[in-house]
Amino acid sequence: MAAAGLNGALPAWARSGLAADISGLRAQGDQVFDLTVDKSPCTVDGREGAGVLVNGQLPAPLLRWREGDTVTLRVHNRLAVDTSIHWHGILLPFQMDGVPGVTFPGIAPGETFTYEFPLRQAGTYWYHSHSGLQEQSGHYGPIVIEAQDSDPDAVEREFVIVLSDWTFENPHRVFSKLKKMSDNYNFQQRTVGEFFREGRKKGFRQAIDDRLMWGSMRMNAADIADVTASTYTYLVNGHGPGDNWTGLFEPGERIRLRFINASAMSIFNVRIPDLPMTVVHADGLAVAPVEVDEFQIGVAETFDVIVEPKERPYTLMAESNDRFGYARATLSPREGLVAEVPKLRERPTLTMKDMAMDHSSHGSPGVRSDTGGEHSAPSESDHAVMNHAAMGHEEMDHQSMIHAGMGHDGMKHGGMNHAAMGQSSMNHSSMSHGEAESSPAHHDMHDHSAPSQTVHPKPQTHNHPKGPGVVGLAMNPVNRLHERPLGLEDAAHRVLVYTDLKARSKNPDVRHPDRELELHLTSNMERYMWSFDGLKFSEVDEPITLYKDERVRLTLVNDTMMPHPIHLHGMYFEVVTDESEFKPRKHTIVVKPGEKMSVDITADAIGDWAFHCHLLYHMHAGMMRVVSVVDQQRPA
Amino acid sequence: MTPGMYRGGLLVLSVLLLRFSHAHAQTAADAHYDPAAMAAAREALKESHGNQINGLFIAERLEYQVTDQENALIWEAQGWLGSDLHKLWVKSEGEYESEGRVEEAELQVLYSRAVSPFWDLQAGVRYDMEPSPERTHLVLGVQGLAPYWFEMDTALFLSDEGDVSARLEAEYEMFLTQRLILQPRLELNLAGSDDRELGLGRGFFDSVAELRLRYEFRREIAPYIGISWGGDFNRTADLIEQSGEDPQGFAIVAGLRVWF
Repeated sequence: MAAAGLNGALPAWARSGLAADISGLRAQGDQVFDLTVDKSPCTVDGREGAGVLVNGQLPAPLLRWREGDTVTLRVHNRLAVDTSIHWHGILLPFQMDGVPGVTFPGIAPGETFTYEFPLRQAGTYWYHSHSGLQEQSGHYGPIVIEAQDSDPDAVEREFVIVLSDWTFENPHRVFSKLKKMSDNYNFQQRTVGEFFREGRKKGFRQAIDDRLMWGSMRMNAADIADVTASTYTYLVNGHGPGDNWTGLFEPGERIRLRFINASAMSIFNVRIPDLPMTVVHADGLAVAPVEVDEFQIGVAETFDVIVEPKERPYTLMAESNDRFGYARATLSPREGLVAEVPKLRERPTLTMKDMAMDHSSHGSPGVRSDTGGEHSAPSESDHAVMNHAAMGHEEMDHQSMIHAGMGHDGMKHGGMNHAAMGQSSMNHSSMSHGEAESSPAHHDMHDHSAPSQTVHPKPQTHNHPKGPGVVGLAMNPVNRLHERPLGLEDAAHRVLVYTDLKARSKNPDVRHPDRELELHLTSNMERYMWSFDGLKFSEVDEPITLYKDERVRLTLVNDTMMPHPIHLHGMYFEVVTDESEFKPRKHTIVVKPGEKMSVDITADAIGDWAFHCHLLYHMHAGMMRVVSVVDQQRPA
Repeated sequence: MTPGMYRGGLLVLSVLLLRFSHAHAQTAADAHYDPAAMAAAREALKESHGNQINGLFIAERLEYQVTDQENALIWEAQGWLGSDLHKLWVKSEGEYESEGRVEEAELQVLYSRAVSPFWDLQAGVRYDMEPSPERTHLVLGVQGLAPYWFEMDTALFLSDEGDVSARLEAEYEMFLTQRLILQPRLELNLAGSDDRELGLGRGFFDSVAELRLRYEFRREIAPYIGISWGGDFNRTADLIEQSGEDPQGFAIVAGLRVWF
């Protein structure tokens, strides 16, 4: 097998079959670990390449620690450029967090930097470079912290499953190509053939309207992933699909799979056909067990699942969310056995909801409409008082506004004062009011599958700079935490959604937030510009300031057409799936296109912390901020 | 100084320091590391998170044109270098007759400013080396993506002879397959006045409607074939007809589109 030859260059934990050993990197002395960063050769699916690797290994060594210990990590830089290691998800003093220019100066060539911090948590985490684009080149590895107390999720066997994306292209070249032609990696464009197939299936009128609607906005419904399998090979523990990493088990064992998505850009949909998975941890922390058949894992998220395989081989299938490629591994009772590898499913297309223009399901999950979806809303929430003037129409680029998806039919327009909407100054020429008549799919006002609310929220405001970097403003973003990820809506099996996640024990801080901050995820795909509130990191001098121990509700509005795994260093997000005391705590949360959702934060970690989209090239393009927790009370 | 004054002074000082530290935010790490090293790292971080300089060179057309009159090599290329908002933009196009003569050669050097999500405003100079006599123009243009995915490049030119002309180019791309792409293209040139020395008359000149079919072996490298119809109209056409040539005609083209 190819894997046998490969094993030499792999860390013990990532080896296939009998060679696997997950005891972790050996400490030098009392919890002291040496990590050397260097440019090193590696082999992916039989092809030779070079990466920026830790201890010459792809992925990096497993760091297996114990909760309560203090660990020391000596990081030696043998590169010709600066490097760093960020301990993703670990709660630590900020000066040990490893982000050059935020928490420390970085590690210069030839230098050694010593990290030292106590471990206040258990679970599955990971580490990676926060310098340049080194993460894309293999500079990432897993961390497992064993709990101090006995583990209620004790199993007979465990594997660490590090998913990642590998390219033989120079990552800076990848970024530069995205700036030149942002869709150059997309080989799943909507073709003329697809148009005719769709026309025959759903009617040509609808297919034409759909093309016109997307075309009028200069948005691409087939734009699911920026960087695709046209350059990527997707890896499980450093093994390409051809290498087929294999985990060996004894029948009857309970097995814990510690999934880490260490990709630069790739969101995966993970399933093991015929083998249900019980999710027990999310982002390192215990959740109430929930059994699923498939889950999506955003970049930087981790999920621990428990499986109980029978005496047969299984394929672990991690399909990229654009379904142009996959990572694959095998779980087997014996070496050499394989199970069928399922075919890639059809590439999904974006919908009106992804542009936050679908009025079919307002409001937050859990607030179920008991009026049968009839929008006989209370007067204060009716469109009668919908203040369109407050929507900032005068500043909006109406070329990117389509009223079709607003589903006007069936809504009460009685009191809607169009004159007051300031439309006289609006450019109606490119607004397709007519489409509401012709696209029945967009008429579905009453989406019974999703919990909905009769009360219309206030129209979304956009009090941030616009300009060349911002296309499309979410007119009607909705909470989508209860929704399945793109492409899995109709999967005929159980798919994990964020509202399935409940903290296993009551959260440590259950105070109601004192204040709310709103931040918009903004972009212009055509120019490959990515930002928060319309400003790239390079354009911002001030951090987002939080005051010691205050509780803040951070509301994220995704004005873009892409899901973004948003990550805060140093503190957990409590994802507001409901108002209970068991909100799932996460370090990374995927905000869906057209979504408006909230996380609560306890600002208990003094210092400066990076906050960014964990899609590497989005961060590189400027989708980042610093969150500064200051040792002061919030001024009254 | 009384202890009260001393404490008062300290209070004022600490308030000032707080203000000061607030104005220079994101500096918490200065308490743990060399502030100069942190300042340099902060600067580098900003530069590498949104302030990169990028560039593109694209030869959209490097082609051989066959007509019933004469054959020619055509080039049209452009490139830019700069940030998201500010770019130096260079464009060149020309025609080399198969008899070994450069018939047309033009170079534009422009400053390009992103003014809206899909549009760049461009200003600069255009220098026509051929045909003779040479002409230099001031250029004011708009380039970008129109609704429904039309790639547009429009410009107004003011020549050193005081003649005003305009150019509009529009392209559209249709994916027949993921690599086979059909591209209609329209180019209109409009002269506001006669330029007798160049044999140029008021009205449309050098305007073409074209169709190219390319195959992207890689996104960066695509050979193509196509057809082109057009030529000169109005008064320029009259001038050409006087010399006994057809002002308009068909051409079959084959060429290469490359970018890097």
